[in-house]
Amino acid sequence: MNFWNFVTQNRAEIADLTWEHLWMVGISTLLALAVGIPLGILISRRPALRKPVIATANIIQTIPSLALFGFLLPAPWIGERAPRLAILALMLYALLPLIRNTYAGITGVDRGVIMAARGMGLTESQLLFKVELPLAASVILAGVRIAIVISIGLATIAAAIGAGGLGELIFRGLAMVNNAVILAGAIPAALMALAADTLLGWLEKRLSPPRVA
Amino acid sequence: MTTAAQNQNSTDPLIEFRDVEYQSSGREVLRGLNLAIHRGEVLVLLGRSGSGKTTALKLVNRLLRLSRGEVRVEGRDVREWDVIELRRHIGYAIQEVGLFPHYTVERNVGLVLSLERWSKEKNRARVQELLHLVGLSPEISSRYPHQLSGGQRQRVGVARALAADPPILLMDEPFGALDPLTRSDLQREFLSLQRKLGKTVLFVTHDLHEALFLGTRIALLEAGRLVFVGSPQEFLSSSEPLVMKYVEAFGSVENVRGHK
Repeated sequence: MNFWNFVTQNRAEIADLTWEHLWMVGISTLLALAVGIPLGILISRRPALRKPVIATANIIQTIPSLALFGFLLPAPWIGERAPRLAILALMLYALLPLIRNTYAGITGVDRGVIMAARGMGLTESQLLFKVELPLAASVILAGVRIAIVISIGLATIAAAIGAGGLGELIFRGLAMVNNAVILAGAIPAALMALAADTLLGWLEKRLSPPRVA
Repeated sequence: MTTAAQNQNSTDPLIEFRDVEYQSSGREVLRGLNLAIHRGEVLVLLGRSGSGKTTALKLVNRLLRLSRGEVRVEGRDVREWDVIELRRHIGYAIQEVGLFPHYTVERNVGLVLSLERWSKEKNRARVQELLHLVGLSPEISSRYPHQLSGGQRQRVGVARALAADPPILLMDEPFGALDPLTRSDLQREFLSLQRKLGKTVLFVTHDLHEALFLGTRIALLEAGRLVFVGSPQEFLSSSEPLVMKYVEAFGSVENVRGHK
């Protein structure tokens, strides 16, 4: 069976799996943003927390993904259903680039600008939302971009615990020793990663603050 | 001259340093600083880098916390002020300008006004007035800081510091990064602006020429200590050794000029 035949005959299933894949990546990224960006802001405010937070995120990153899925299996509620578990794992992996880039973006804002903003009487939250975050936006977005591209790749492994997604085709193809089936899973995943990378790269460029010469 | 400044007790200093000490990681940056800045005057803090002049300035708007003594603004200890209110009461302009690169000139200048909930129309009118005041054309208001020349940026910085019409201005080498011609233009304009508005200015510089030109009085700092306070004339005729050194160095510059 060649690749095109397989794809045309299994259009509906591939579309479903693509959607599942996208959904896992999307939800986990949103959760990671909700946790990672505030953590990045926090460690830019409390330098004492920087090392423990980054170290923890680093350690999570080093756990092999299959092992992480396994570790999370006994967790209550989350372990009950595979997609929940996959989403949690993907979220944990996405944290490091988000925390690190948020921190780097904020601490990279020109000292003179911060000093002037404080001196003008901006409150801490005005400083954050009107100055620091807008000026750090492109660096934070670079982190989001890395996180999403990694996530799309990692989400294929989620099929190993029955969470669905395009990984299912890859695993099935491996079991059947059928390259066409593997490619039917791998190619949409790769295209998804490329599309996300291009789109976010374009956004990142648009959000880069103009530099004062 | 504004009358507001004259109606209040004109003899009370507007800014006062009393036995101020400031330490940073064990190092004494300022020691026993006593200094009063009166309404409507331009007091220039002169000194070389590391002399503590910028530190003294930042103690006034509480960008730094003093270690001992007190700093009073309008008779009130700065620690008793609400810090945001204090800072909005004081205009602040620095050498790196610190313009917000993601905001247009209009939003840069009008930011404090919009935080104070001015209406859009009032805000826009005030920005136009300020740009005119600092010698910038109105069409510049839609530009971004990176589209301006150094001199224009500094003018925008001054306009921004003046936005909420604060009675006090703190200026930290605001013209330091400019070429000599632009700098001397801005100094002249600033002086006439100050005379017109009657602001009380605390001005930091290491440039004696600037100090003599702008200062009502000059305060010389050296290694965290106040060495001399007096008018430019008194400065030039002082017998204080360090002051004489400054004047000598300045004199030799004048001579070079004379020979040309």
